[in-house]
Amino acid sequence: MNARKITYREAAREAMRDALRRDGRVFLMGEDVGRYGGCFAVSRGLLEEFGPERVRDTPLSESAFVGIGIGAALGGMRPIVEVMTCNFSLLAADQIMNTAATFLHMSGGQFNVPIVIRMSTGGGKQLAAQHSHSLEGWYAHIPGITVLVPATLEDARGMLWTALENPDPVLIFENQTLYNMEGTLPENAGAVEIQHARIMRHGRDLTILTYGASLWKSLTAAETLAKENIEAEVIDLRVLRPLDDETIMDSVSRTHRVLIVDEGWRSGGISAEISSRIMEQRFYELERPVARLCTAEVPIPYAKHLEQAALPQVETITTAARELVHCHD
Amino acid sequence: MSDTPPPTREHGLELLRLMILIRRFEEKCVELYSAEKIRGFLHLCIGEEAVTVGALTQLAPDEAVVSTYREHGHAITRGIAPGAVMAEMLGKQEGCARGRGGSMHLFDAKTRFYGGNAIVGGGLPIAVGLALADKMQGRSRVACCVFGEGAMAEGEFHEAMNLASLWQTPVLFLCENNLYAMGTTIRAEHSMLDLAKKAAAYNMPAATADGMDVLAVEEAARSAIDHIRSGKGPFLLECRTYRFRGHSMFDAELYREKSEVEEWKKRDPIPDLIARMKEASLLNNGDFSRLEQEIEHEVQAAVDFAEAGTLESVEDLTRFVCSEPARL
Repeated sequence: MNARKITYREAAREAMRDALRRDGRVFLMGEDVGRYGGCFAVSRGLLEEFGPERVRDTPLSESAFVGIGIGAALGGMRPIVEVMTCNFSLLAADQIMNTAATFLHMSGGQFNVPIVIRMSTGGGKQLAAQHSHSLEGWYAHIPGITVLVPATLEDARGMLWTALENPDPVLIFENQTLYNMEGTLPENAGAVEIQHARIMRHGRDLTILTYGASLWKSLTAAETLAKENIEAEVIDLRVLRPLDDETIMDSVSRTHRVLIVDEGWRSGGISAEISSRIMEQRFYELERPVARLCTAEVPIPYAKHLEQAALPQVETITTAARELVHCHD
Repeated sequence: MSDTPPPTREHGLELLRLMILIRRFEEKCVELYSAEKIRGFLHLCIGEEAVTVGALTQLAPDEAVVSTYREHGHAITRGIAPGAVMAEMLGKQEGCARGRGGSMHLFDAKTRFYGGNAIVGGGLPIAVGLALADKMQGRSRVACCVFGEGAMAEGEFHEAMNLASLWQTPVLFLCENNLYAMGTTIRAEHSMLDLAKKAAAYNMPAATADGMDVLAVEEAARSAIDHIRSGKGPFLLECRTYRFRGHSMFDAELYREKSEVEEWKKRDPIPDLIARMKEASLLNNGDFSRLEQEIEHEVQAAVDFAEAGTLESVEDLTRFVCSEPARL
């Protein structure tokens, strides 16, 4: 199969174009998704192809347009709602939590909400403390929703369609620093499954569990570690809710050492959840306590050196992994 | 007595039947709450029946309603069986939400009743979305959201009004203005007390109706819905009403004078309609006692149905968090 060059942004756009072509019930709605082409230019060109009914610019009303997406989903449509950043999604947190995630159970199984909400996440672009946080772990706390964190081109292209086929709410978090990432995809790239974590690199000495932009930093760290004869197994979690315990635990059973790299905060975050699960299920197979490398517990600062110091980096990942393997009691 | 013209006999009897049914149903809820069979929060609509019945009977059977936590009357008016509503409040699986929702969260797919929403203002965007779905799929239907004047201070009210008008979605915004957001008087919640005027900011037409006069509500709702159905976009209808009982069963009512409640009770919509029908010779004493008797039986049947209901197995606790494939 022929492969072509493509960016993460283009892959995400192609996913939306494909969905809009395949299913007349699908429409895109959000701030500046139409004429502007999307805050991160993901939806550029879609308005021209599909028109203003199906590529809908909204006012700055996160709560209402997420709620309207929920209502439209209840009414038989398949909305893709774009929220510019996950920081802004807090203005719609009521609708996501109290309506989308709740309706099916609260109605005794009568009203499912097939909505897909896309939002950008993560730091690294000097956008400071109200545009740069990683809240996917928060949303993964909520029963009733699926939380996807596409890190690869394949997932940026393939997760959306599968999410749209899901009868219940799906949140997709796209890391801001990945939009320009370039690579190749097969001509016929399409839908992918959204249930499993994926082993991106096999290794015998430790398991690095990560997702999003930290995946690529972890893979780079693994290259360095390999030169020191440390073989890291790197796993892309892909789905933060529900977590794929099986893939995680199988890897832990092989390597006996775990480093979790998470761009969210450490306290009460998804890394804490994963660590607990490993403790509950594989405690006696661990050589060392589970290690975590997370974002510093600060609002993300503007100054480049401070922002970079706050986030997990290749060097800090490498150091943490090295310590985990070399430290002998 | 209100001054709208009397209805026909048959129509008047139906309005009266529904209003008395809701009143007796709510009174029965008080009994069952005192007997500790209904628990949680219980919000009664006693005093507000004219709004419920006058407005919601004007919608077609397949038109959606998104309601609030004070919604027993709305649910019954829209055709959910009183037994299923009562069973819900008793936490039984025969309830209209299998006992998962309780008093504040009545749901019914058959009658397109989308809750029972207890986040004030949260239901408004849902109704706009339902209407948008109809519009995009070429169906000509109205979606109605019901809310109190308290919701009009929420951002979601303003966002939903703006978007509904901007996109010309067929939504009836139905405000039950009962003058109190829980215990806060309207004078302490709104800078503009003439609530219907808020619609002008969104280029949306609006009207105000006497919410203690079922025929006035009916007429105002009919003309609002006609406007929406004719493709002219959404409409805000404010109905001025009053709840005779506390906000919920926990309310000591420290925030209002008893004399104020007594004044409003003089405008009780049920005796008002009875008096007008009697004056127009549309109702005799025999009709009235027959009606009361039928309703008493209906409410008792609802209680019996609920009491005979069963509890869902605890093993099913986590069902419906996510959709499941249809069971054979």
